[in-house]
Amino acid sequence: MAKSFPVMHFDAVIVGAGGAGMRASLQLAEAGLSVAVLSKVFPTRSHTVAAQGGIGASLGNMSEDSWLWHMYDTIKGSDWLGDQDAIEYMCKTAADVVYELEHFGMPFDRNDDGTLYQRPFGGHSANFGQKPVQRACAVADRTGHALLHTLYQRNVRARTQFLVEWMALDLIRDADGDVVGVTALEMETGEAMILHAKATILATGGAGRIFAASTNAFINTGDGLGMVARAGLPLEDMEMWQFHPTGVAGAGILITEAVRGEGGILLNANGERFMERYAPNLKDLASRDVVSRSMDQEIKEGRGCGPHKDYVLLKLDHLGPDVIIKRLPSIREISIKFANADPIKEPIPVVPTIHYMMGGIPTNVHGQVVAPKDGDPNSVVPGLFAVGECACVSVHGANRLGTNSLLDLIVFGRATGNFIVSENLKAAPHKPLPGDAAEASRARLARIDNATSGESVSAVADTLRKTLQAHCGVFRNQGLLSEGGPRAARDAHLDQRSQQDVQHRARRGARAR
Amino acid sequence: MKFRIYRYDPEKDAKPYYRDYDIELDPHDRMLLDALIRLKTVDDSLSFRRSCREGVCGSDAMNINGTNGLACVTNLKTLKEPVELRPLPGLPVIRDLIVDMTQFFKQYHSIKPYLINDTPPPEKERLQSPAERERLDGLYECILCACCSTACPSFWWNPDKFVGPAGLLAAYRFIADSRDQALNARLDNLDDPYRLFRCHTIMNCVDVCPKGLNPTAAIGKIKDIMVKRAI
Repeated sequence: MAKSFPVMHFDAVIVGAGGAGMRASLQLAEAGLSVAVLSKVFPTRSHTVAAQGGIGASLGNMSEDSWLWHMYDTIKGSDWLGDQDAIEYMCKTAADVVYELEHFGMPFDRNDDGTLYQRPFGGHSANFGQKPVQRACAVADRTGHALLHTLYQRNVRARTQFLVEWMALDLIRDADGDVVGVTALEMETGEAMILHAKATILATGGAGRIFAASTNAFINTGDGLGMVARAGLPLEDMEMWQFHPTGVAGAGILITEAVRGEGGILLNANGERFMERYAPNLKDLASRDVVSRSMDQEIKEGRGCGPHKDYVLLKLDHLGPDVIIKRLPSIREISIKFANADPIKEPIPVVPTIHYMMGGIPTNVHGQVVAPKDGDPNSVVPGLFAVGECACVSVHGANRLGTNSLLDLIVFGRATGNFIVSENLKAAPHKPLPGDAAEASRARLARIDNATSGESVSAVADTLRKTLQAHCGVFRNQGLLSEGGPRAARDAHLDQRSQQDVQHRARRGARAR
Repeated sequence: MKFRIYRYDPEKDAKPYYRDYDIELDPHDRMLLDALIRLKTVDDSLSFRRSCREGVCGSDAMNINGTNGLACVTNLKTLKEPVELRPLPGLPVIRDLIVDMTQFFKQYHSIKPYLINDTPPPEKERLQSPAERERLDGLYECILCACCSTACPSFWWNPDKFVGPAGLLAAYRFIADSRDQALNARLDNLDDPYRLFRCHTIMNCVDVCPKGLNPTAAIGKIKDIMVKRAI
């Protein structure tokens, strides 16, 4: 292998082609910047495609609504731990970005007057928590699919350059600590490259696959978080993970909250609608952490269903076949295929399942990655941006409100794109690459290429996933966590050569700082 | 469970071959993709694409016992043994079950798969009635898995000239959209002995679509509109 890699130059490089990456790339490509979007899967295979229920915006198409109420719900949902300035920006901008998606051609469901249909959702309320409100704009129960395809199509129109099935390896930081691009591997040929960029945007999604049972796609392995950590930069709120109340028991596949939005209810083994006890006001539409904890409590106290009393039931047959077929067609498909249950006739067995990572790479509202430096906790890392689930702005605090994930992607993907456009990168020269830009990646690739023995990747990953599943569940306590922490660390260090690799990078990171 | 899988690594193999596997599955292994992932733990050289594992991303399309489908939504109980797995037919093989989809996407891109409407957008949404919106049902749900186009003999013969069922379904998705203004340009783009008219209504596309869509019907509607325009 050569000492360095071939170099390609761009104004901006985006790692990841999901909703956030492609919303950012659209701004950049339409502004005439040279932008490359690299993705380890074809863009429409990104996990945004699996979002079901909707995208929240206080359009007020169904009844009076206000971005202030949306903001209140988001802050309350976050357990008061979200960044309120960022949440204000997101909720204020929501209507505009949703209208924009409609103008791009997204096939939203409609009302009789031709406006966008909006459905009820968990934690969405009018007048600061008084009563439920219909705020979720939806495309049946395929909102993410419609959104991702619309964005891909719009990027085709804008002639965005995609590097498909390219795997990003490492961030390149120069002596000042600025990020000047990434190293990446073209998966088909195995050829490694340096992508030299004036702006590098991470849009790599979440890491839900570090758990054994997850609603997430196999690709959600937190690659961008790893790149950031290896570059010696911190991550934020990594303990904050959301359990979605309704994953198919045993399979983990997501059943959207829109099922409860449209009128579905949760039942325990006694046939009791138990959410009335835990959340008398919002009931089955309480926010996700509340519903997940209530379900877990029911199961722990012996009121779970089935031979092992380890799940509860999601009943929706009372909605009637028309509503199910029109508004929830994919849910029916999933339930028949993965739970052997046709929801028109029988309830779906569900359990709380790992779903969303609230934490991630710390950024400001422009998508700029921040890290503590010289006493400033929010010092910008020049050249580096992060958007979407991999980023932590933080608009979700300790618990994300349903429909705010798609909104986050679009609002901050666009904001980051606009900010980079305003930086006038076209005129600016590239900062030179450091002499050893490719070294860390080259060394690691060479090590893997030359390895003849060692443990299998899948065995290490399985052990790690089982540990997280057992020790970081819906309820977490001191005992479980302090036992699980060292165990996870030990699992991760199974491979001594990985360990050397981490140390090698830590030294580089220290130099860069 | 017994499997017979097409294997080809152009760096090592002079030509493709089949490899037989017999593997003990776990009771939780429900779908073909679960079995493939278990196979990969014993033979990590086996290559296939996968992502969402619930039939919405379109990554794991392959030829399963002679029929194109998605591994993640194919129940193992429905399969006759040995389960014979091959890459999607008609596209160049990169390795094992992974095909080069360049030609497929080139055709998709050729129909201008985006809304064309040059009037300045209103401040709010463009209005569309529920009936107008309903015309897009059965069209917009395509996941671009390529099961249909690679089951189509017309596409096998002319992948460079015939748009194929997936691309034509997408073309009709925009033709049918009340917000789109490029009807004539879209029809001109398809008015060609190959691009549209190579469809001979064989309907393999309809048989294999994992989302239950009907490209043949969409193609028929494009042909109807084109005929009406001509007279």
